[in-house]
This record gives sequence, structure tokens and C-alpha cells, in this order.
Amino acid sequence: MANVLVVAELLEGKARKTTLCAVTAAKQIAEGTGGSFDILSIGEGAGAAAGELAGFGAGKVLKAEIAGGYTCEKYAATVAEAGKGYDVLVACASAYGKDLLPRAAAKLGAGVASDISAVHVDGGKLSYTRPMYAGNVSGTVEILTDKQVVTVRQSEFDPAQASGGESPSEDIAVQSDPAADKVEFLGVEVVKSERPDLGDADIVVSGGRALKSAENFTNVIEPLVDALGAAMGASRAACDAGYVSPELQVGQTGKVVAPKLYIAIGISGAIQHLAGMKGSKTIVAINKDKEAPIAQVADYFLTADLFDVVPALTDAVKKL
Amino acid sequence: MKILVSIKRVADPDNASKLKVSADGTAVTSEGLEWKMNPFDDWSLEAALRLTENAAQKNARVGEVVLVSIGPNDEHTQRIIREGLAKGAERGILVEADEGNLDAGVVSAILKAVVDKESPDLVLMGKQAADGDSNVAGTALAEQLGWPVINSAMRIMTADDGKTLEVRRELDTGVATVKVTGPAVITTSDRILQPDSVQNGVTPGDHQYAKLEVGGRYASLKGIMQAKKKPIDQTSLGDLGVDTAKALNYTKFALPPARSGETTFVEDAADLVDKLHNVAKVI
Repeated sequence: MANVLVVAELLEGKARKTTLCAVTAAKQIAEGTGGSFDILSIGEGAGAAAGELAGFGAGKVLKAEIAGGYTCEKYAATVAEAGKGYDVLVACASAYGKDLLPRAAAKLGAGVASDISAVHVDGGKLSYTRPMYAGNVSGTVEILTDKQVVTVRQSEFDPAQASGGESPSEDIAVQSDPAADKVEFLGVEVVKSERPDLGDADIVVSGGRALKSAENFTNVIEPLVDALGAAMGASRAACDAGYVSPELQVGQTGKVVAPKLYIAIGISGAIQHLAGMKGSKTIVAINKDKEAPIAQVADYFLTADLFDVVPALTDAVKKL
Repeated sequence: MKILVSIKRVADPDNASKLKVSADGTAVTSEGLEWKMNPFDDWSLEAALRLTENAAQKNARVGEVVLVSIGPNDEHTQRIIREGLAKGAERGILVEADEGNLDAGVVSAILKAVVDKESPDLVLMGKQAADGDSNVAGTALAEQLGWPVINSAMRIMTADDGKTLEVRRELDTGVATVKVTGPAVITTSDRILQPDSVQNGVTPGDHQYAKLEVGGRYASLKGIMQAKKKPIDQTSLGDLGVDTAKALNYTKFALPPARSGETTFVEDAADLVDKLHNVAKVI
């Protein structure tokens, strides 16, 4: 029987959708082992976010209000202290989860299975599947320590649906950590977009190096993105070149996405990029070179100059 | 400034699709693939070198970079350390260990023992290794040391006469800026290779490094010659007093299923929209 604590991820006082993917994994673990799960709402606005998280069937929602910007040193001791009462800690393998959970795990002496794609329960015993080697091998792993810490891949766990009810909430004490005094939070630039979130969009349109400039992203890619109601992504080369900001990077080191439709425009398809999108249901590639590696995963391939064909594609989509 | 940079050998990540799994599914085999320096560590090494040199004076060294690699004591691990030395690091440490006995917890315990001996001002690490893709060892090391960790650093600037570092780090939702008082662990993101990503207070602030598209700098011929004379200390888990047991046990490996179906080559935009609308039914 495994009792599970979900560590919520807050952004500006609201739970990010990543939290609900972690709830889904926590439910699988709890239901598979006959245990239960609680949620820890931690950070600035934890109280309000706890209310939002009360309708997902958790035994209770713990609240730890921590003012000011996030650093893992400010949060990890509180997560670890709360985690002492549980067998498994779960968060989404977002930049936040991958930053915070390993520190809390080290405090608890717990092993970490990061970025898992599946939970298995066999005779009450837990194991996890996780993609490795940029998604070219999947490993099944057991955690041997008393406590287990896992982060879950957002694209592999659908967000939990509200199940009604009202989980009781409980304030917990914020723990201090001397390491937190060594990091001063100076600020954060949150990128706002009216478009769907890259992590859970149904359609993603990504551009690569062949776009050649930020202006071309604006003038060629964005109209298609908006005509489809899609999220915009990019290859590492396009992010490195400054055509778009880094949080749009899809790949082994960026976001891993698995939308219903992924359109790769001017992206050759390095193995590191494929790692971030080859789980997509339908993949379209638009590229001048039909031998480009992206062809290995593409369902539809349009061999063309993107500057000729993408505006036409945008027009055709608008006429649907 | 003294910086410890951990470098791991990994099976050639650009050919990871050629990896195989043993018949019984208990091991990943990389036969036929060359061992390479983990690219993420290569990027961290680039940052470490920039922090400890004057780029305006032919990269004159103004600090020390010590490399540490954990793995079999063979020609492959040694070659990877030499490669880092040829790029400019001062010396290397090879910690002999069977890769089958390592996980992020054991690696961080080994690195802690090395840090205790070397007392660096900073540890720079790749945010992940291209094989395990875990993103854990750096943070686990920081916690064991009681140090702060800054993950996914895209820009590092020294401040307060080098007593603190101002670091920009990538988030899913934007970029955060923090000021960290060392000693600290920093893991780096892809953007650390940008021409102006490191400001060390020695190299003029307007210096632009050459644009690096894939990895860190290449070794010069002179660097390669000098590296042959640089020391590599060899040590073991026993010497370091590390007897940490693994926390993770991989019971099975598998190759992911290939994508089903063939690639349909479409004629033009109209044909593509037709297929997506009427066949795939995704728009």
C-alpha cells in the first residue's frame, strides 16, 4: 500500500496543468497499491491554489505558503518534511519538478525515477517505465529505497479530471534550509501567450533553422499556428539563433510533446529533436530535402520551400 | 576561481537510434558506437573555461578547471578526459567504477568525495547525461554538500568582485534570474554556448565568443600537445571512501516500437490540407 504526495506546481498563484498530470500518476500508484494520495500546494498563493486542487479526490490538500520567487532551496526542506509521511512523492517532470524533487529526494535519502512514462504495479510492488537515450531505449526501473520519488512526463499522463468532492486542507509549517540563504531571487520574466500551452496542445507547429529569422517566424509560422489554434514550438537551432525564446524548444533538452498533430517546418530532425516529438499521433514535415531525417517519423511529407508553401497552407486551413 | 567539471562518457548520442538491447532485455548494448563526452558536460566545460580565462588575451588562463570522470579506467574514459584537457582544463581525475554500479545517488556521493578533497569554488555539470536523461545528479550533489544549485543556467555573470554569480536560468514558462553566493553547483542549458553567455570580469564585457552551433570549443593543436603532459589522477571508490549502494534497479530495457505506417509524400499545400482533414482527420 503506497501513500502518495503530489507536489503541485504553481504559476502566479494558480496550479499549472502539469500538477494534474502528476495527480493522474499518483492515482495510478495509489489505486494500484490500495493506498491514497494527498496534494501539497506550495509557494506564493498556495492557499488559493489549494482550493482549486480540492476537487480531484485527494485525501487532503496540504498548504505551505512561501512568499517571493521560487528557488529549490526555499521549497525542498518543506517538501521533504511533508514527504516523511508518504511512501511516494510525485511531481510533473517540468523544469520545476526536475529542479525541486531531486533536492527533496536527497534530503529523504530516496531514489528518483525521473520523467517516467508509465507506472506498473505487480503484486503491490511498484516499477516505472522511463524513456532514456533521447527516447531510443525505454527502461523499467524499481526504486530500492524506503521512499520513492518520481517525476512524470506530461505528455504521457492525461491531466486528471475534477471528480467532485472537497478535500480538506491543512496548513503545514515551512521549513528553513541554510542553502536557501545563498540564493537570492532577483526576478522572473514569464512569457505570456494567448496560444495553447506547448505541453498539452492538440496541435503543435514548429519551425527550424530554415526560417532564417525571428521576422520569418512572425510572418510565416505564426499565421499558420493561429489559423490552426495551435501552440508554437521550435528546434534547438531556431532557439539558439534567437528566432524564438528558449521555452519553445521541443526536444531532448526542451519540451517533450505528443499532440494529435505535429507540423515540423524547416526542421531536419536531429535525433535530439525527434526525442521531443516522435510520440505525436500524426506528424507532418515540410522540408526542401526529402532525405532529411525527419522523414523517418513523418506520416506526411511535403517536399517544398517553406516560404512558398506555408502561406498557401495557412490560406487553405482558413478556408476549412 | 577553481571549477570542478564532471564529464561522463556516453555512447555516441547522435547515433542513439542504433543502440540495441540484449536478448534477455537486461542490458543496453552500444557495440559499434563510439564513446563520446556527454554533450551536456561539454557545454558546461565551455562555460567553465570561459569563467577562468581572458578571451582577449588568447584565452590566457586566470583560474583552474579540474575534470572528473567516473567510469572504467580504460582508453575511452582517458581519451575523453584528454579531450577536455586539450580544450584547456588544467588536470583530470579518473574515478574507476563499473558503470553498472552507478546511479545518480552513487555518482553524487562520489562527486561529493571529490569536492571534499578539491574544494572548488564551483561545480559545473551538464543538466543531464545523454544516456540516462535523468537530470538528478547535480541537484543531489548540491544537497549533499549543503550548497545551492542553479539548474539550466543559460547565462553566468560574476558580480561583487567575483564573490557572487548572477545566473539566468531557463524555466518552462520563461527565464528566472538569481544571485548565488558560492560555492555552488550549476548545471547548464543549451544557451550557455551563446557568444555572450559568460561574463567573468576579466574578459572584456563586450567580447563575443565565436558562435558555437553544436558543442563547446574545439581543441587547438597546441592544446592537444599540451594535454599529453597534463596529469590525470587515478582513484577508486575505495580510495574516496564511497560505498553508497544504488537506489535504482533497472529490470528491463526495450527498444520503443517503430512508428507504424509509411510516409505519404504530398503534392502541395492543398493536398496536405485535404489529407489532414479527410484522411487523418486531425484538423
